[in-house]
Amino acid sequence: MSDAFSRRKLISTGLAAAAGASGLAVAARLADRYGLIPPDHGGIYGIGQTLTYASQRILIPQHSMAREFNRSEISKVCPINGPPPETETYQRLLAGGFADWRLTIDGLVARPCSFSLTELKGFPSRTQITHQACEEGWSFIAEWTGVPLSYVLNLAGVLPAAKYVFFFPFPEESFPLGKKWGSLDMPDARHPQTLLAYAMNGQELPTPHGAPVRVRVPRQLGFKSLKYLSRITVTDTAKNIGKGWGSSSPEHGFSWYGGI
Amino acid sequence: MAESTYLSGLGSRVSDILDSPRHSAVVRATHWINTLSFFGLLVSGFAILLAHPRFYWGEAGGVGTPSILELQLPFMRGGPSGWGRNLHFLSVWVCLFNGLVYAIFGILTRHFRHNLLPAKADLAWSSIGREVANHLRFKRPGIEASLAYNLLQRLTYVVVVFVVLPLMIWTGFAMSPSIVSVLPGLVTVLGGQQSARTIHFFAADFLVLFLVVHIAMVCLAGFKNRVAAMITGQITAAKDRA
Repeated sequence: MSDAFSRRKLISTGLAAAAGASGLAVAARLADRYGLIPPDHGGIYGIGQTLTYASQRILIPQHSMAREFNRSEISKVCPINGPPPETETYQRLLAGGFADWRLTIDGLVARPCSFSLTELKGFPSRTQITHQACEEGWSFIAEWTGVPLSYVLNLAGVLPAAKYVFFFPFPEESFPLGKKWGSLDMPDARHPQTLLAYAMNGQELPTPHGAPVRVRVPRQLGFKSLKYLSRITVTDTAKNIGKGWGSSSPEHGFSWYGGI
Repeated sequence: MAESTYLSGLGSRVSDILDSPRHSAVVRATHWINTLSFFGLLVSGFAILLAHPRFYWGEAGGVGTPSILELQLPFMRGGPSGWGRNLHFLSVWVCLFNGLVYAIFGILTRHFRHNLLPAKADLAWSSIGREVANHLRFKRPGIEASLAYNLLQRLTYVVVVFVVLPLMIWTGFAMSPSIVSVLPGLVTVLGGQQSARTIHFFAADFLVLFLVVHIAMVCLAGFKNRVAAMITGQITAAKDRA
């Protein structure tokens, strides 16, 4: 009697475990297919990153708009984090007013291309006054002007397989990909407020704020708005770039997704 | 002598009550899971705080702008806020799922109504005063009284469960740039993103204060018995005495 009972219990526990495991496997396959798994999904912390990213992607409308502010609310102090690239190339371009600078767009695009600063400024622009919070806790409000990233992506013709848009600053001797590089998924890359910004508070983008052009992603924390852009690469995977975690931030112990 | 007479009069009732667990299994399980996630949130929250131990009011703030509170702690940039954020946003998922189970259970089984919400009659100032006086005199409750939460316990738990913890979640959401892109009111009614951060910090301090008092009261009421009651559900010492 007790034998039969324990056997039945063993079988039902085994069945439940198998159902649970295959349920999880199916859920993982579906989540991956619908772009709900972030590149830094590994390890114990990856569970938190995945839950946060997936739930925000499911619950938050693709094009919900970050808050915009009045001119009177612009911060008088706009702190910065870290120095500009120290490479000779960058210093030379800076000295020349970035006249020789070009932004390259390659990867999974129909027409790989590059644009000068003047060309970017000639495209339809968008100006927005948004709040930027650093993951450290401080924040400021500033006005940004730039060309929507989606406009430039459309010019290059993003291929249907595209999943990520990678941003690389100027390469440095010990950082071949640039010191701080990273990526956005397609919903954030195509978001109307995601800009390639070349002006701040009505002035040319100041050097410590990322001159000549930086990304602005107002629905995410400050570290996603990468500075000193040099190259944009569209890919269908985050693997093979750096450690494959989608940006340099996870390599320094931070998350890839910054919407939190 | 007096105690045994008192108990023998109630003999059957006390043992009946003692046979049913002091805390239900769901309350016990969620209590300890919550303990774990709370420590995760507390340690990681402190690690995040160390990156910028300064507080502001309004939308924006940083070094060079007026602050409302400057903690005498070093600015530790880079390291601790990285793993701090990772642990914070892992622990908070445990806290949320656990809280959801607890809330559904509390409503469906009427645990909230029967065990946490104070009776209307008890909310008179006279009974609150009596309860405060009992606490100040460290008067130990009788066995029957110790089988249910007293008025002060009820009020404290109600504030923690229904006011402070939801406020933590709210102010946490209000700091998320993507969440407020959908629900901007979450942050504007608080006065801004930095206000939300400041309230998050003070509400966390309140929870730490609660924890200190909670543990102190558990010690005063008998650490072993109380912790055992929250693990096994049984009040062993009370049974022995009975």
